[in-house]
Formats: sequence, C-alpha cells, structure tokens
Amino acid sequence: MGFELPKETYSGKVYEVTLGSDRIVTFGGENVLPFYSFEGSLPNKPVIAFEIQDVAPDDWAEPLKKVYDGKSSDAVTWAKYCQDELKADAIALRLIGTHPDRENRSPEEAAKTVKDVLSTITIPLIILGSNNVEKDSSVLVAVSEAAKGKNCAIGKAQEANFKTIAAAAMANNHKLIAMSELDINLSKQLNILITQMGFEKERLITDPMCSALGYGIEYSYSVMERIRLAALTQNDTVMQPPMLGDVGMYVWKVKEANAPESDLPHWGDLEKRAVAWETVTASSLMLAGAELLIMRHPDAVKALKSFINELI
Amino acid sequence: MLIIGEKLSIIAKRVREAMLKKDKAPIQEIAIRQWKEGAGMIDANIGPAEDNGEALMEWMVTTIQEVVPLPICLDTTNASAIEAGLKVHNNTWGRPLINSTSNDPERFPILELSAKYNALIIGLTVGKGGLPADAEERAAIASEIMARAMEYGVPLEDIYLDPLVLQIATSQDHAVKVIDAIKMFQEMNDPPMKTVVGLSNISNGCPKHVRPILNKYYFLMLMDAGLTAAIADAHEMAEALHERQLVKDVMEGKSISDEKKMMEIRKTLDIIMGRNLYAHSYLEM
Repeated sequence: MGFELPKETYSGKVYEVTLGSDRIVTFGGENVLPFYSFEGSLPNKPVIAFEIQDVAPDDWAEPLKKVYDGKSSDAVTWAKYCQDELKADAIALRLIGTHPDRENRSPEEAAKTVKDVLSTITIPLIILGSNNVEKDSSVLVAVSEAAKGKNCAIGKAQEANFKTIAAAAMANNHKLIAMSELDINLSKQLNILITQMGFEKERLITDPMCSALGYGIEYSYSVMERIRLAALTQNDTVMQPPMLGDVGMYVWKVKEANAPESDLPHWGDLEKRAVAWETVTASSLMLAGAELLIMRHPDAVKALKSFINELI
Repeated sequence: MLIIGEKLSIIAKRVREAMLKKDKAPIQEIAIRQWKEGAGMIDANIGPAEDNGEALMEWMVTTIQEVVPLPICLDTTNASAIEAGLKVHNNTWGRPLINSTSNDPERFPILELSAKYNALIIGLTVGKGGLPADAEERAAIASEIMARAMEYGVPLEDIYLDPLVLQIATSQDHAVKVIDAIKMFQEMNDPPMKTVVGLSNISNGCPKHVRPILNKYYFLMLMDAGLTAAIADAHEMAEALHERQLVKDVMEGKSISDEKKMMEIRKTLDIIMGRNLYAHSYLEM
C-alpha cells in the first residue's frame, strides 16, 4: 500500500485583491495556509512594495540613505528609481511629511504629490498617511480623490478615523487598508464596522500591525496566524481579506538596523545585519499569512523574493 | 443552583457612595431586590479594603441581614475584614461563604478562618504565577488548594472551586476551558466538589446590550456542565432559567418560533464554544 500524504481541507478562502490600473498586481486568493500548495490552490505569490515617502529620507537608517542617495530628493524621482532601476512590482508612498509634528504638509500638497507620482509610474501605488489619526482623515480623503480611477490601496483606516477614509476610498474606487493594534477581536470588529458602511469586504486589506524581529514579532505572528485560521477553518468572511505586513517602518527603527559596527563590533557589519533583520522579519510574517509586504532595502526585497520562489 | 447576588460591589458607583456614607437604604434596596429575584446568598464585595475594612464588612453584613434572611458571601482580600464579617454574621440564615482563598501563599491564612468559624470558602484556582493556561492547570491548582484545606481542617464539602472566568472579548478560548474545568473539578472528589463562578466577568468589556445575553447563555452552559453556584445578577439568571428549554432546543438544532431569539442564542453559543471569532458586533453578523 502506497503512502498518501494526509491533507487538510479548508472551508474558507482568502479574497483575491488586485491593485493598479496600468500594470497590476494580484495577491491573496488561496484556500490553504501560507505556502501549503500541496493542500489546495495558491494562485498568487505575495507582493512586495517598495516604501518611499513624500520627504527625503534624512531620518532613515544609514544603509538606506546609502541606497537612495541622490535618488530620493522628491517622491517622483524616488518612485521612478524604484520602478525603473529596482524593478519594483509596486510602490508604497508614505505621506509622512503631512504629520503635524513633521513638515505638516496640507492635504492639497499631499494630493499633488500623489498625482505627480501617479503620472510618472505605471506600477500600482499604495498610499499611506502619517499615522496621525486626525490628520490622516483629511489627507487620505484628498489623496483618494486625487488618485481616482487608479485602483490604489489607501491606508490606514483605524478605529478612530475609518468612517471618512473608508467613504473616500469607496467613492473613488480604491482598496482600503484597515489597521488595528495587535488585537484580533478588534481587527475583526473594525472590518465589520467598515463593511457595515457598505464597503465591500472583498476590497479590504487587513493590517493587524507589524512588529520587528526581537521587538514583539511573536505577537504579530500569532495574531496573523489566528486571523488566517479563522478565515480558512471557520470560514469567517470578515477575516478573509489578505493581510499587510508593513515591515520596513518597524524594522528600520530598531537598534539592530542602526547601530554601527564601530560601536558594537561583535554585531558585525551594519548593512548586512540590517538587511538580514528586514528579510527575516518579512519572511516570518509572510509565513504567518501576510500577502502584501512593504519593505525598504532592495537587497532585503531580493532575498525575500528568492525565498518566495523557493517555496512555491 | 445557588445564585449569589452580585450587585453589592464597591466597583459600582452607587454602592461605593453608600458604603462611604454608611447609607443603608441603597444597600438594603439592592439586597432585597436580589433576594426577591431568587438570590440564595448576597455577595458583599468591599474590594481590598485596606483602611477600616473590618468596620466596613461588619456594617455590610449587618445592614444586609437586617432586611434579608440570607447568608452573606464575604468578598475581600483583607483577612481581618473577613473575620470581622464572620463574627457578626447571622448563621440562622445559613452559613457564610468566604470569597476567597487561592494557591497564593498570601491567601492561605484565610483557610484558618473557614475552619475556625465553620464557614464555606471559595478556592480560586489561581496561583502566584499568573492566570491558569487551561482546564488541566486549573485542576492542578484545585488539587493543591484541596490538599491545603485538609491540612487546615476545612472539609472538602465546604469548598467551592472557582475556575476564574475571563473576559470573552480578550480571552475567548478560556470560555470553553472554564466549562471543562467545571466538569473536571467535580471528578476530583466523591461526593463531587462544589463549584462557583464570578459569571459576569465573561462579558466584561463587551457592549452594554450584549452583556446580559452572554451572561445568560454562558450561565446555562455552565449549569449543564454541573455548576453549583454563580455570583451573578439574580434577575438575569431568572431570565436565563426561563429560556433554558429554548437554548436546549437550539443546541439540538431545532427551530424555535422566535427567530430573533434563535439567532441570538445560536450566535452566542458559537462565540462561547469558539466556533466563531468574537467581535463586539457579533450579533449583527
């Protein structure tokens, strides 16, 4: 008698989400746990977006400044560099310059930046606010309108500001990133509230909140894993949107991605170490279920891509 | 089923103010209402009561027993306040219940009071090391408490084991674990160990309109598992007992005529049993 691999069948399926209007990316759509292609269908690979921002990356870590030096003075140049030279599949533009404690740029300025970037690139755009709940609710409304018809992902809608942001994303036909802070029950609740407004759950992306390796990644991992299990084994339709791992922002502020070798010789080369930190964080969350990853260093993106190709 | 009326807690603003002002009327009014609604004992929760706990507990016990012919559940971490309450407790209405001892060494001396005053006692199955992970850990702690009770001369029949109900909004998986623990506890002795829960903690943090629904159906499930007593709102529990047959029917897959009620029961049982992920709006889904 031959050996037969025991297989699990799942009652649920992750929604397939497409971004972009010219060149497009599609992620999600699987009815199995991450990379369990032997148990069912896994139609799309995870998508990696390069993170850029609306201001020069003066506050970013040294290894990143080195990569983007001379190519990141404005968002348009930076986006074009990622698309043309780094062969990015998608771009995530973080409008950090709109934060009241930063340059405090107006929603109109942000809308102009988004328009300029969109007229330059053909790959899909993810548009992120500064994570200031008040400011985001005006900025993300303005940029949603500016990006009308471009099928972007807008984020992040949170408990305190989801109404205006979801309404704007809905009116302008975008996808929406819904973020809650490492709480699976609140994540579900937010998705319910957004869909109760009439926003289709098939157009949502869930962000359960990322944390970097060594800084609470196990919490992110566990919440993502449980969300995915609810989606697949309990056929929980509110929990079936694909998930986002907003990796770069969390990884590149930790000590391991910033401390120079001269200060900590036993930690070894900074660039190598930081790239590894981003790669391992991203790959862990991908294994927990993230289908959309936002990352910063091209070498980390490259490493993750080759990992994906080995797994599939 | 013994219902221990839960409404007299220092956490409630109205009760706290009455305790501070030594104003008997609100305390007695609440106690009478709980008694009329079917409570067989009244919980007097005075909190940690570090200052004047003795006087406060004494006042609570006499104030309640002045108008209600029921025994009192003495609910505080302050051992001398418990002793003060035991001294004035009118045992004609039944034996008092101490709330509580646990597997924390600081709470061991409370067992002495149980032996000395022939009082019933709740054994909360937590130790010093944080919350129990599952039913098995609760049972292991229970056996420690039982062994210690025997050392102190407290008969096992006088102990009510409390598995510690956690909030479903944050610890959903514990709802089933507590039900399992109630079953396990009973098997730990012959005659079976008595059990008790602080019921309404299950719905702590949930929207106001959801709370009684979760409380009621969780209560009925615990009752099915053999629960002996619950610190709960007597009014809600009376309603729950009234709906017992409906819940039984829904559990057996039968349709009941009140469709809204049927969905409410079905969805709530799914949440309690962990078949659906909890969210505050689960009833609307």
